[in-house]
Amino acid sequence: MKHIITLNTRDMKRSEEKGGCGECQTSCQSACKTSCGIANQQCENKNA
Amino acid sequence: MIHQYKLNGYNIVLDVYSASVHVTDDLAYDAIHLIDEGKSVEEAKKELAKMHQDATEEDLDDTFSDIQELTDSGKLFTKDIYEKAAGYLKKQTTVVKALCLLVAHTCNLNCSYCFASQGKFKGDEGLMTFETAKRAIDFLVENSGNRRNLEVDFFGGEPLVNFDVCKKTVEYARSIEKQHNKNFRFTLTTNGVNVTDEVIEWANKECYNVVLSLDGRKEVNDRFRVNRAGQGSYDRIVPNFQKFVEARGDKNYYMRGTFSHFNTDFTKDIFHMADDLGFTELSMEPVVTEPSSPSALTEEDLPVLYEQYEILAKDMLRREKDGKPITFYHYMIDLEHGPCVYKRVSGCGSGTEYMAVTAWGDLYPCHQFVNDPEYKLGNVFDGVDRHDLVDTFKECNVYSRPECKECWARMYCAGGCSANALHATGDIKGVYEYGCKLFRKRMECALMMKVAEAEMAQEQENEA
Repeated sequence: MKHIITLNTRDMKRSEEKGGCGECQTSCQSACKTSCGIANQQCENKNA
Repeated sequence: MIHQYKLNGYNIVLDVYSASVHVTDDLAYDAIHLIDEGKSVEEAKKELAKMHQDATEEDLDDTFSDIQELTDSGKLFTKDIYEKAAGYLKKQTTVVKALCLLVAHTCNLNCSYCFASQGKFKGDEGLMTFETAKRAIDFLVENSGNRRNLEVDFFGGEPLVNFDVCKKTVEYARSIEKQHNKNFRFTLTTNGVNVTDEVIEWANKECYNVVLSLDGRKEVNDRFRVNRAGQGSYDRIVPNFQKFVEARGDKNYYMRGTFSHFNTDFTKDIFHMADDLGFTELSMEPVVTEPSSPSALTEEDLPVLYEQYEILAKDMLRREKDGKPITFYHYMIDLEHGPCVYKRVSGCGSGTEYMAVTAWGDLYPCHQFVNDPEYKLGNVFDGVDRHDLVDTFKECNVYSRPECKECWARMYCAGGCSANALHATGDIKGVYEYGCKLFRKRMECALMMKVAEAEMAQEQENEA
């Protein structure tokens, strides 16, 4: 690659196969309480 | 879907559905845009040559070769294949895994901008009894299925007005968690007025997270965060919070502020909390209030707020380079170990896996719906009786709002906040566009920081 650098990111397609355990934090149950964001949440599934 | 933007000297390309983040030179940036517009490689190449007359034939070939390689590996121009995943988590038997316990419908402060109207939620004052709190814990265990991690937030009003019930509730939950194979995570959200040594010791032992309300500079904090006699709270709460955080060690906490039309220069408040008060874990939220309120954010404020978010991101990078980083809640984004696609498309969980419990045990979809009779779901004693409402909330996800269809940020917000949507449009399936605009700006800044951090890591590696 000469013109593009790609950051390491989670493979969404693979997460569709391996994810969905539902153990992660509920979106609003944290610091915000008045907006919704899930980008800052950690996946709890160490095998996914 | 592709989202491209330039920020802090970087050309950033986000491939929405694979969640891949790319940083490009100008040539690739323009080439991706041309392909995204629907041009063939041949057409795009011709146009690109006109736009970049100094580019050689080899440059052009290499650029399109890079694009093709990423397209083939599923990291560019990917399609949305996740609609069927949207309902997956919530179509399962409803599992409740988080409760917001409003242990006190009263407050020892009288903040005029409070969405909970000083804890009364436009209703009566009152304190939750231990019996009700205990029943709420049992309700959560009974309705949590196989979910192991259960979250309980002590909220209000001001929960420390009812500290004894908080303590007994934790004691009770701890006494039953092993037998039910559960792991309770408690959060305390407090205004700091009643933070004592006993509270600090208890919270640091029992609470996974504490959220400490402070708006920043003294004059900003004391504009709204006053006691019932109208006196500002800053001088009382800041020393309490500093002691609290120091004793907390490496456990989670957030200084949580609110900014309004009166302090659109909110980065000054964040930097005050960091530089003058010594806090490193920071969150600052736009005020949630009626548009007619003098504190409400306006359209004219938007460019100012966008600039503030950029100032914050750039300054956080500077602090990182200097070895003294701070955390901003909305810029925390884990690209490698963040949420799976189910979480990303499933909506926030209000009214399904997350509910608020009033002092009297009534259940609402979340803390922002409390005392709205149309949204009362049931109570912790008899359970949920408005299954129709639960079903409506189950349907709230990334695909349920037509406005989200064209939004590049939807995989980061899961479809937004239903309560904000209701208050802005009269419909939980509406869209609070102002909040979306700020959210998108925050995501652009957060992603830019990731790009900059990757560059810093590469530089360090090269030096080593």
